[in-house]
Amino acid sequence: MRDKIIYLLGAVSILLLARNIYLISGLPGEEAQGAIFKIIFFHVPLAITALTCASVSCVASILFLVKKDFRYDAVAVSVTEVGLAFLAGNLITGSIWARIIWGVWWAWDVRLTSALVCWLLYASYLMIRHAVEEPTQRARLAAVVSIFAFIDVPIVYFSIRLFRTQHPGPVFFSSEGSFPHDWSMILMWNLFAMFMLGAVFTMIRLRQEETQRELDSLRRVAHAF
Amino acid sequence: MSAVAVDGVWKYYGDFPALRDIRLEAAAGSCLALIGRNGAGKTTLLRIIAGFSRPGKGEVRILGNAPRETATRRSIGFIGHGIAVYDELSALENLTLYAKLYGLADPRRTALEWLEHTGLERVRDGLVREFSRGMRQRLAVARAFLHNPSVLLLDEPFTALDDRAIAVLQRLLREGLAQGKTIVMSTHQLREALELATHVALLNRGQVAFEGACTPEMAADPGLVYARYGEG
Amino acid sequence: MEFARQVFVIAAKDLRAELRTKEAINASAAFALVILLLFSFAFDLDPDTNREIASGLLWLVFAFAGTLLLNRSFARELPNDCLDALVAAPLPASALFLGKSLANYVLLLAIELLSLVVFGIFYNVRWTVQFGELMVVLALGTWALTIMGTIFSALTVNIRLREVMLPILIYPFLVPALMGAIQLTLGLMAGKPIGPDTASWLPMLIGFDVIYTAVSVFLVEQILVG
Repeated sequence: MRDKIIYLLGAVSILLLARNIYLISGLPGEEAQGAIFKIIFFHVPLAITALTCASVSCVASILFLVKKDFRYDAVAVSVTEVGLAFLAGNLITGSIWARIIWGVWWAWDVRLTSALVCWLLYASYLMIRHAVEEPTQRARLAAVVSIFAFIDVPIVYFSIRLFRTQHPGPVFFSSEGSFPHDWSMILMWNLFAMFMLGAVFTMIRLRQEETQRELDSLRRVAHAF
Repeated sequence: MSAVAVDGVWKYYGDFPALRDIRLEAAAGSCLALIGRNGAGKTTLLRIIAGFSRPGKGEVRILGNAPRETATRRSIGFIGHGIAVYDELSALENLTLYAKLYGLADPRRTALEWLEHTGLERVRDGLVREFSRGMRQRLAVARAFLHNPSVLLLDEPFTALDDRAIAVLQRLLREGLAQGKTIVMSTHQLREALELATHVALLNRGQVAFEGACTPEMAADPGLVYARYGEG
Repeated sequence: MEFARQVFVIAAKDLRAELRTKEAINASAAFALVILLLFSFAFDLDPDTNREIASGLLWLVFAFAGTLLLNRSFARELPNDCLDALVAAPLPASALFLGKSLANYVLLLAIELLSLVVFGIFYNVRWTVQFGELMVVLALGTWALTIMGTIFSALTVNIRLREVMLPILIYPFLVPALMGAIQLTLGLMAGKPIGPDTASWLPMLIGFDVIYTAVSVFLVEQILVG
C-alpha cells in the first residue's frame, strides 16, 4: 500500500515538474537579468522545502526525546537528508545565478550565506549520526543536535542580515521589482511539486532506514549469543 | 515494600533486546547476587537500577521511588568497573568532594573518617595517581559508602581486588547488611559473593533463568546454579 | 542556595584539577601563541592593517584555542569512570553543566587575556584604550564560546573521534556569536567606543547567550543519561 502511494506521488510530482518547466520556458525573460531570472522558480522553492524539512526534523526530534519511539528518529534522519539535498540544490542554483549575473561563482549574499551555514549545521547532524554506532544513543544525541540546529537557523539568518545592513554587498532577488501574479502562481505550483518530491524521497529513505534498523538488530541477535 | 524492585524491564539497543522482561526484587537487608555469563546483561541491568540508563519498557523502583529522583540518588552507593575517583586530586580531596556533592553536614570530617575505615589515613594527601591498585580500590569503596547509602549496587566488585581490599570490602558489606542495607551485586567471583549473598539470580541471554534464596549447597558449590539452570 | 553551592563545588573541582596538571591550559595557550605567530608571517602587516584585522584574528584565535580547552571539559571525567559517579550523585545535570561551564569560562578568559597581551606586543596594537567596553564584549563572546563548547563536549564525550567531532560541530553554530563579537571588537581595537550602529550587535550576542544557555540547561540531562 505504501509503495503505491510512493509511486503515485512520484508520478504526479514528475508530471507537475515537467508541466512547470514547459510553462516556465515559455515565459518572457525578465528585463534586467534575462532568461537566467527564471532560476528563481527553482531556487526559492528549494529553500522553502529545505526549511520545511528542518522544521519537521526538529519536531520529530522533540517527539523522539519525549516518546522514545524510533519511528520518530527514522523520520528525523530521512527528512534531514532530503532537506540537505534540497538545500544543496538551493546553493548550486544560487551559485549558477551568481556566475551568470556577476561573473563570480560565489557572492556573500545574505540568503546564500545563511543557506551555507545552515547546510553546515545539518551536515554536522549527519556526521554525528555516523560517529555513534549504538542506535539508542545515536538517536538521542542526533535529536539534540537537530533541535540546536533548528534554533540556530533564525539566529544565523538575522545575524548575517544585520552584518549585511552594515556592510552592504551583492543582493540577489531583491524584493522590489514587479513579480507578476501569474508568475507567483507558477512559483506556487513548483513549490507544491517540490514538496511532493521531498515527501517521496523522504518516504523512500524512511523505508530504507527501517530496513536497516531491522538488519542491525538481527545482526546483533546473531552475534550476541 | 522491597528496597529494590525491577518490574518488567526491557532494554533495547536499537531493536535488539538486551534485557527481556526482568522481574526481580530485593528486600531491605538482603544481599542479591546477580550471576551470569559475559553478555548476559548483568552490567546493563545494574546500570538501569542505578539510574544511568533508562529501560525501554518497565520500571525500577528503589525504596518505592524512581532511581533518578534526587532523594533516591542520595540513598544509592554505586561501584562500577572504574574507581570513579580523580587521579589529579588527593584521597582526602576526592572524598571531601563527594561528601560535598552528597550534601553531608561536615564533609571533611566524614572524608577523614572513611579514610580511616579503609586504612588510607596515612596517604590522605597523596595524589590518587600515585596509589597502588589496591589502595585505589579501597578509596573507591570509601567513596561509595561515605554518604551512608541504604542501597548498594556493585558491579563485579571483587574483580581484581587484592586480598586486603577484599577483606575491607567484605567487612563493610557485612556491617552494612547488619545495619539493614540492601545490596545488589553482579559477580563472577562466585565464592566471595555467595558467602555474603542471601539471594541469587541467574541471568541468561537477558532473561532471569533462576531466582531464589541462596542455599548452603550453592555457597559450597558455586557452579551449581549454572549447571542446574544455565545453558550448558 | 543548594543549586548554586553545587555549581561552585563542581567548578572548584574542575579548576583545582586543571591547575594542578595544567594539561589543557598549556596546550591551549601554546596553540594561541603559535597561531598569532603564524599569522604574522602569513600576511604582510603594517600598523593600520593590524588594527583592522585585529578583531577578526583575535576572535578566531580564541575560538580555535578555546576548542582545545573545551574538548577536555567532559573528557576529563572519562578516566576511572568519574562521569558515572557525577551522574549518580544527587545533583541536577544542569548544575553539573553550569559548574563545568563556569570553570571553562574562567580558564578561557585567562587564555584570552594572555593572547591579548601577546598580540599587543607582537602586532604593536594598543588595545587598552577602550578597556572597559572590550572586557564587556570579551565576557559576552567568551560565554557564547564556553556554553557551546561545554554542551558539545557533553554530547561527544562517549563518541569515538571525539576530538574531531567537537570542532566540526561547534564552528557552524558559533557563526552568529563570532560575527557579533568580531563586529563589536572592531572599533574597540582602533580606540573608538562602540557606536550606535555597532551597538545593535549587543542584543544579538546577549540573545545568543541567553537562548543557548537555556536550551543547553534544558537538554543536558537528556544528553548525559540515556
